[in-house]
Amino acid sequence: MYVVTILELLLIYALLTLSLNLVVGLAGQVNLGHAAFFGIGAYAGGTLLKAGAPFPVALAAGAAAATALGLVLGAVSLRLRGDYLAIATIGFNFAVVAALLYTPYFGGAYGLSGIPRGLAPSTYLLALLATFGLAVFIHERVRNSESGYAFVALRDSEVAAEALGLNVNRFKLVAFALSTALAGVAGVFYAAYIGTLRPEDFGFPLSVTLMAMLVVGGMGGLWGPILGAFLLGGFAQAFAFVHNYQAVLYGLLLALVMRYRPQGILGRVS
Amino acid sequence: MDLFTLTALLGDGLAVGSIYALTALGLTLVYGLLRVLHVAHAGVYAVGAYAGWWAFQKTGSFGLALGTGAVAGALLGLFLEAWFYRPLLSRPPHVALIGSIGLFLAVGDLLRILFGPYQQSLPALAPAPVVGMLTAPQLVVVGATAVLLLGVYFVVEQTRLGLGWRAMAQDALTAAALGVDLPLMSRLAFLAASLLAGLAGVLVGAYYNQVYPTMGAVLAYKGLAIVVLGGLGNLWGTVAAALLLGLLESLAVAYLGHRFPPEGVAFVALILVLLFRPQGLFSRARR
Repeated sequence: MYVVTILELLLIYALLTLSLNLVVGLAGQVNLGHAAFFGIGAYAGGTLLKAGAPFPVALAAGAAAATALGLVLGAVSLRLRGDYLAIATIGFNFAVVAALLYTPYFGGAYGLSGIPRGLAPSTYLLALLATFGLAVFIHERVRNSESGYAFVALRDSEVAAEALGLNVNRFKLVAFALSTALAGVAGVFYAAYIGTLRPEDFGFPLSVTLMAMLVVGGMGGLWGPILGAFLLGGFAQAFAFVHNYQAVLYGLLLALVMRYRPQGILGRVS
Repeated sequence: MDLFTLTALLGDGLAVGSIYALTALGLTLVYGLLRVLHVAHAGVYAVGAYAGWWAFQKTGSFGLALGTGAVAGALLGLFLEAWFYRPLLSRPPHVALIGSIGLFLAVGDLLRILFGPYQQSLPALAPAPVVGMLTAPQLVVVGATAVLLLGVYFVVEQTRLGLGWRAMAQDALTAAALGVDLPLMSRLAFLAASLLAGLAGVLVGAYYNQVYPTMGAVLAYKGLAIVVLGGLGNLWGTVAAALLLGLLESLAVAYLGHRFPPEGVAFVALILVLLFRPQGLFSRARR
């Protein structure tokens, strides 16, 4: 059914914005390469599903692959701050897409096609809903726990957080690990959903789109990221005719929100 | 590889590196003064190229095309500075960065909607060999860049404006206390940067004889790599990094062929430099 198909895609987007919010909205580490982790999860899970592995195995592999890479970026973030980290994450996205493009095993530019769903349609939807629920649970646990406060302290002032005795490095790594694991899981769901993966689907433009969803909805809270994903994702689906103008609309929206309401629709002024 | 091919490669590498230098110089100047990454600078460059293409269509004069490109770039740059960047100075830096990426995407897509997704030709320079294997377009691009860089050098090192820029880059608060007009400095920096970007757009359009909507994309992201390699805010380091990258790319394609993924390797190199030499290749100490 069409509506269910759209809902599934929007849930995948919401998984991505929630996971991005863990690093950007809560820990305050700008990540402009989130699509890379989504892509790694999708490719790892897709390869396994194609080989006939059961869905949970693919899910675990996608999460593990994305987390492994996420820890690499997390380690990078320990040494870099602000603009330097932002540039490094952009570079990271380009490097991952190039690696996928030049690895014959993943089909190069043609990508990976014929990926089976691995689950019956209704089971797939239930699994996705359950994963979404789990993501919300993790997100809220992190936000309202001691480590959540540590994250926010980290975002607001890294120096002060460190002076208060917080282990800044550990929290950064935890944020990156959780965030990228969720992105990897979203990737496996996406691979099963779409059936065909190409490297450029996970390029920097998608990272910008995800960032646009997060900042338009408002980062830091729970509902902002979800609203952003549904609003921008749903907008593109509902008005398929704007497809030709999507880039200019996303771009202008991003610029206008940053200029006039940088905290987003649901974000609070700090 | 014979000497003949090598000079052709060096000519191409120098020309490409010159274009990188003209655009990256503006990026690094703006970063040095305002600490914002002006990704939309590549949009200014594309608009300059289109303005130059339009003027060349109408008049057939390359000089007028260069002038129109420079003026269009400058107007867009001044507008972005006043409307977008200055009001966002008090916000965390990622606000301007994210919005700037949005502006860049919007400008490129607007050009596509207005002028179509295909390449337009800008046949201002005949690609005839002039000296050995060096062609007229290469000589024009390298020559124009050399003149412009000398001009920038003169302004930065010898004028009161350059003194103001250097003071603001070093310590904006102290500079303001000593009477430097910070908003004026920032406006003039955007003016200079955008003039150079507009000129670079027209030059590159004539060099490759093509102007197209996404022509800024390569520079938008490679520009970030170049300014980091040169040391963010370090003008002459940026010029050196731009020329080096142009030459290396030209040689890499010749020796390794097109199977080699230039973006991937360029960005891996970028990350390594960020990790181990964050002050850039040519700076001595961390700022």
